[in-house]
Amino acid sequence: MDTELILKVYPYFLEAALITIELSVLTIALGLICGALGATARLSRFKSLRFLGAAYVSFFRGTPALIQLFLLYFGGPQIGIQLDAFEAGVIGLGVNIGAYMTETMRGAIIAIDKGQGEAARTLGLSRSQAFRKVVLPQALRLMIRPLGVNINAQIKGTALVSAISVVELTYTAQRYIGSTYKPFEMFFLAGVLYLVIITITGKGVAYLDRKVRLPA
Amino acid sequence: MTAPHSFVEIRHAQKSYGTLEVLKDISLNVERGQIVAIIGPSGSGKSTLLRAINDLDPLTGGEIWLDGVQVNKALPHRQYEKHINQMRQEIGMVFQHFNLFPHLTVRENVTMAPKLLKKISDKEADKLAEEQLDHVGMLERIDYYPAQLSGGQKQRVAIARALAMKPKLMLFDEATSALDPELVEEVNLVMKKLAQEHMTMIIVTHEMDFAASVCDRVLFMDQGVVVEEGPPEQVFRNPTQERTRNFLRKHLEGAK
Repeated sequence: MDTELILKVYPYFLEAALITIELSVLTIALGLICGALGATARLSRFKSLRFLGAAYVSFFRGTPALIQLFLLYFGGPQIGIQLDAFEAGVIGLGVNIGAYMTETMRGAIIAIDKGQGEAARTLGLSRSQAFRKVVLPQALRLMIRPLGVNINAQIKGTALVSAISVVELTYTAQRYIGSTYKPFEMFFLAGVLYLVIITITGKGVAYLDRKVRLPA
Repeated sequence: MTAPHSFVEIRHAQKSYGTLEVLKDISLNVERGQIVAIIGPSGSGKSTLLRAINDLDPLTGGEIWLDGVQVNKALPHRQYEKHINQMRQEIGMVFQHFNLFPHLTVRENVTMAPKLLKKISDKEADKLAEEQLDHVGMLERIDYYPAQLSGGQKQRVAIARALAMKPKLMLFDEATSALDPELVEEVNLVMKKLAQEHMTMIIVTHEMDFAASVCDRVLFMDQGVVVEEGPPEQVFRNPTQERTRNFLRKHLEGAK
């Protein structure tokens, strides 16, 4: 392995890692919003909203994220959607991970014992009060770790935007291979940086989970 | 629609799930301060009837009245939600599995609904929690979480939580069925105390001794109908119906 080369190029890779982090933060934020909306729709009293939620989930989980990204970035202009590569990346991947987060959030909410909502309603709380004060606080605790799994997948998933030439970590590795002809070193370096980001995020998720855990 | 006379009136209660009729024309009157036990085999409809009183399991026919107000009034959705939330504040309910809120302390379990619905101050809420928890002998555990309590203690807190809303009527849905035998007594004692304070109570139970000792009246239900009804001495000692006799005999054998 050419360590000298790695030492020479790694500052550029760090810069690219910042773009990967930026993409991750934005797509995860958008995903959480879409997930909350999606879960609300999936659990709605209204059939039409439930249908909409289910359609959202099945489209975005049922087709490759790469196809969704291409559809938005290359196909978008044809139907009047003009986005630059970074914007298309954030929106495409954010809405995509939102479908997975919808199911994570819905799963946590329906895992809360039915008796909890009933006890709250019995005391005279309205449907929304019972949800906000009793069901949601418990569901939020339950969804931290599975959302952590979605977040982990999403950080790695940002590599897909290299296919629409956003200059992030994976694209940068490919570009440097073009001038150095050292694919092993370049992909190795990119991999290590992904590992660092994922490890730190994982620790953060575990910390949050511990922090809100109830005394047993 | 005639005006009700009794404190609690159930008139021709009927409930079906599709073609399955689980409550068949049940009527029941309970006077203020009375304690009524509902007994019967599982699947007899006794829990369904209890849960219909505060509309957790809405009836498909018939009326429920409490203190001159119809609980299951026919109203447009939004108005009905308001009405039922109001009514439920006056009907306390205790569940077999306690259903305490695990993310809240004992104090918060008791004060959440009064703070939210009666807009009382934090200070008043604390006082209320202390009073109610003292009443059930749980004051020392006021800042514990439910997971740190035994089953009997959880159920006593659940009773305090219901009483904190100052209900007119208390419903108990097999309140001691999920408890280890040695923990049943502490909950029974609290219920007896409520009886002495003339709380109106409707109790679904499997404990015949307890029903016999505190209740004014016992209802035996089977397959969605009231088979037999009367003072405990009569229903337990001299049941007039064959089905009641069978049930009580099986129950006695089971208890041995």
